[in-house]
Amino acid sequence: MSTTSAITSAITVNALRKTYGPLTAVDGVGFEVGAGEIFGMVGPNGAGKTTTIECLEGLRRADSGDVRILGLDPRRDGYALRERIGVQLQQSALPDDIKVWEALDLFASYYRKPAPWRPLLEDLGIADKRDARFSKLSGGQKQRLFIALALVNDPELVFLDELTTGLDPHARRAMWNLVRAIRDRGKTVFLTTHYMEEAEQLCDRVLIIDHGRIVALDTPANLVAGLRAETRIIFTASEPGYDPAPLRAVPGVTRVDASGGRVTVSGRGDRLVILVVNALDAQGARFRDLRTEQPSLDDVFMAMTGDEMGEPASSPAPPGPAGPAAPAGGAR
Amino acid sequence: MKTLKALGTLVWVELKLYLRQPSAAFFSLVFPLLLLFMFGSIYGNKPSAFFGGHGMVDVSAPAYIAIIMGSTGLMSISIIVSTYRERGILRRFQATPLRPAAIIDAQVMVNYLMTLAGALVLMAGARLVYHMQFKGTVGAAFLGFTLSTLSFFAIGFVVASVARTSRIAQTLAMILYFPNIFLSGATVPRELFPPAMRTLSKALPMTHVVSLLQGLWRGDPWSKHWVEVAVLGGLLVVGAVVSAKAFRWE
Repeated sequence: MSTTSAITSAITVNALRKTYGPLTAVDGVGFEVGAGEIFGMVGPNGAGKTTTIECLEGLRRADSGDVRILGLDPRRDGYALRERIGVQLQQSALPDDIKVWEALDLFASYYRKPAPWRPLLEDLGIADKRDARFSKLSGGQKQRLFIALALVNDPELVFLDELTTGLDPHARRAMWNLVRAIRDRGKTVFLTTHYMEEAEQLCDRVLIIDHGRIVALDTPANLVAGLRAETRIIFTASEPGYDPAPLRAVPGVTRVDASGGRVTVSGRGDRLVILVVNALDAQGARFRDLRTEQPSLDDVFMAMTGDEMGEPASSPAPPGPAGPAAPAGGAR
Repeated sequence: MKTLKALGTLVWVELKLYLRQPSAAFFSLVFPLLLLFMFGSIYGNKPSAFFGGHGMVDVSAPAYIAIIMGSTGLMSISIIVSTYRERGILRRFQATPLRPAAIIDAQVMVNYLMTLAGALVLMAGARLVYHMQFKGTVGAAFLGFTLSTLSFFAIGFVVASVARTSRIAQTLAMILYFPNIFLSGATVPRELFPPAMRTLSKALPMTHVVSLLQGLWRGDPWSKHWVEVAVLGGLLVVGAVVSAKAFRWE
């Protein structure tokens, strides 16, 4: 297994620019991805995700900027680079009548040092589909096959473009485990996604891109913390006529809203939930269905881009600060 | 070494894929044989003055080979290449170290092999059932066959390159295929055409294939067919240059 020292960087991008006619798809993007990282790029449709990833893979020529992938220039050393990277494209297919094993055998023949593909079929849970034709596979099985093809050269770095788009939630979670397993084999993963939850669950660091520019780059936890958004505690009062006003006095609480029996308490602080529940108890209030909503990457995303994506968020965007500029990674 | 292994595997897979499409296999392997038996059972293969002292099958069998070239060159190549491009299959190949030339080489080899297989099956049928006369040399026949096949492949690649979608490629291929097989003498002998149509048919590339193969099967020297060789050779060169320049991954 090829493992690269953790201090080296797998990807270095500086001032990457790509225009299509009058449209600037990528506008001066720069970042670095360390070896062994799962690095995610999120952004609305047309933000420049796929253009960026294809410039890194050497499938598209950037207008300007400097890109180093595993120390190679994808424009100059395309063939040498493609020996060492694995690629899953957002939109691609195989011939309808090709069988799963034939596709793996074929792609393995393209590389100098292919990995044995039989264990890959096992690892990806499609061993029973070995003799099935591509056109007979389900969406999830096709994605698994494309991941197997991306791993067939035992690459040091794997690009996954919109890996789980179009998959049901169950298949999506299975994919996440696969991506973690890829990283556990010592590989670097660069992925783009539509789903904030996916980026939050999977990625060590997340880059948010909008209109071809980086608007934020940090760990999911830091991005959420940087938003300084409020936690919400929501419950239903069991007694009619319950008065939530005393909760306003609880330290950290900034707002209390009640409509019908439904009460929403907003506030900040690590002990907020305990304090609110204790206050309810002290009031002798009876309540049910209590749940808390933590700010998530979704909120960060909406605050940064003014756009909603993925599953609709359960609350309006918090009126956070104008947007912390990319704190890490030397964005722009 | 690795390039050769990749090409070999690609050719093997593409060959299997070709045979898994019932229509392509039918039109290159079975359809010419059906024509042979249909017209052979009507007209037989007795020498007649109408065919210059040859039998109907003697003249038609080499002409049917041109139909196979239409099926593999005009139809299969243009439709497969344009479909691979449209569906993102070429793009997936592009993300590997595979050289673009390997994709073209594999298509040429597979379709050449299938054309050759179709021609051999047809010749065997004509020989065994109708005692077809072959007065040429195998070498010359093989050369003429190869030149004709490759020049038709070049047309197929040009169609794949200029068509923006696979539907357009398919339509263009049909528009080329049907006039070529019916108006070139490949299906119906040109001896039956009125004079005006006979002149018009000279504009079709397949007419030159039919006339070259019939000549080489009769044992004509090459010098009698330099026009056909020039036309087909020119098509091959122009087609190869145009499609190499116009090749697109997506």
